[in-house]
Amino acid sequence: MFEKVLFFLLALIAISTAVGVVANRNPVRSALLLVMNFISLAILYFMLSAQFLGVLQVIVYAGAIMVLFLFVIMLLNLGSPEAIAQERELKRPLAWLVAMGLFSVLMSQALVLASYGTPQLAPDIGTARTIGLVLFTQWAFPLLLVALLLTVGVIGSILLARRRPA
Amino acid sequence: MTLADLGWVLLRIAMMLGFLLGTLPVVIWLERRVLAWFQNRIGPNRLGPFGLLQPMADAAKLFFKEEIIPAQADRLIWSLAPALSLFPALAAAATIPWGPNRLLTPVADVDIGILYFLAMSSLAAYGVLLAGWASNNKYSLLGGLRASAQVISYELGMGLALATAILYAGSLRMTDIVAMQSEPLWGVVPFIPNWLVFTPWGLVGAGLFFVCMLAETNRAPFDLPEAESELVAGYQTEYSSMKFAAFFMGEYIAILAISGIMTTCFLGGYLSPVNFSPIQSFAESSEGVWHVLAGVSGALAPPFWFVAKVFALFFGFLWVRATLLRLRYDQLMNIGWRFLIPVGLVNLALLTVYIVWGWVPSLVGYAVVGAMYWVRSARHRPEVRQLTYTRAAQPYRPKEASNV
Repeated sequence: MFEKVLFFLLALIAISTAVGVVANRNPVRSALLLVMNFISLAILYFMLSAQFLGVLQVIVYAGAIMVLFLFVIMLLNLGSPEAIAQERELKRPLAWLVAMGLFSVLMSQALVLASYGTPQLAPDIGTARTIGLVLFTQWAFPLLLVALLLTVGVIGSILLARRRPA
Repeated sequence: MTLADLGWVLLRIAMMLGFLLGTLPVVIWLERRVLAWFQNRIGPNRLGPFGLLQPMADAAKLFFKEEIIPAQADRLIWSLAPALSLFPALAAAATIPWGPNRLLTPVADVDIGILYFLAMSSLAAYGVLLAGWASNNKYSLLGGLRASAQVISYELGMGLALATAILYAGSLRMTDIVAMQSEPLWGVVPFIPNWLVFTPWGLVGAGLFFVCMLAETNRAPFDLPEAESELVAGYQTEYSSMKFAAFFMGEYIAILAISGIMTTCFLGGYLSPVNFSPIQSFAESSEGVWHVLAGVSGALAPPFWFVAKVFALFFGFLWVRATLLRLRYDQLMNIGWRFLIPVGLVNLALLTVYIVWGWVPSLVGYAVVGAMYWVRSARHRPEVRQLTYTRAAQPYRPKEASNV
């Protein structure tokens, strides 16, 4: 009972903040709403006993990536609402189309999954030990590929940011 | 969860909050008195015994101050920022154990204790960043930007330092890390617990963590976000009254919480420096007055050692503040990215060498890396500048004074 109430409360927060991210015209407030969205998702992960995933969500997305986003927004001084009201007319129908398509795909999958009922998972499914074991044995090769991709990204960003030799 | 469990949880939350908020005035008083002592001053000594009531008077003063909101500020975010800096500091303390019994275990002894702490400390950047932006003031904005860049940079070093504790204990749970440190030193020396700081990897990790901890809490010599000489007061320039007090409290509570984490991970948590547990259990099994005394010491000794270590670390904060000058911004970034992170990575690699192949290859590795670093730093020794005094640079002295 308590969990259901909590779930619906969090779902409501997550959806309303997600809508707010798009609807808000102030970029800093949008970014903050996105942070709230990430945190409510993290609490949802905790409720699904995926604690490791939840805490990583907070550390990586809310704690690092969004701080960088805010940093950039503040540095570029996009604080004024008029700055982002550009080219809205052209992009809007396209955005609706893509969003609706994505929504229908996700919804169809979710409804199919919901018809199976809630699956019973092992209680330690979300601990760091389980995830680490699976990640470094069964999925070691994809993990290495992701690491390679990240390394390429880091090197690329350093090359882009480097001062050109005079 | 039964009702009794809920009661215990609430009691533990009350204990932890009581500890943090109760020691806050003491800590602030201590900072001012100890700094005064370092600088050959007296410090606040008028109100109450040794000036202990001074923080209360300051709090009362702040409470009655007028609150001024800048006209161009983003009101909502501006008033949210102090709360956002206070909340992560309070929440980060939730996984710190400060005793073995039920009342003193952490509020939530979760399996991801250390990661939870890292998550909370990464959220701490928001309060400062948003305060800087919402004030709509150049100094505030610069302070906020500096703070966010600094916190992100030093979080990596802090994660690497904490990873040594995690790897050595084989668990992310705080109580497991303390339990690992209660074993005999290096597995051989009896009666002395194996604090992580006594091992080479733990020593490097603790040093790394101490530096990162100074930077995370924006303390000297890493206090660039509120550098008085260039940024007025940085992100808190526009704040007055209780909102300023909230930032102040948030800073000190963050210091207490992060000292608690360092105590738990590297300094043996609530364990005493010498293992008295055989004497303790002998006294507990005996009759009469010794049994009672053993009960009292068993209940009071762990929190005493924990608090003593936290205060010792806080003294370390003050010592550094009174000794070192503020870094330049490029020095700050260089230390974070080009010194702390490589050291942390090498330390972690050598710890894995210890875990896989034993302590001999690991110590050899430390020797090799140390020698390499020594050779490299010997080659890149900075030039010693000769100080030359010129007559023109001398202060003006009147003729009469020089005749005396």
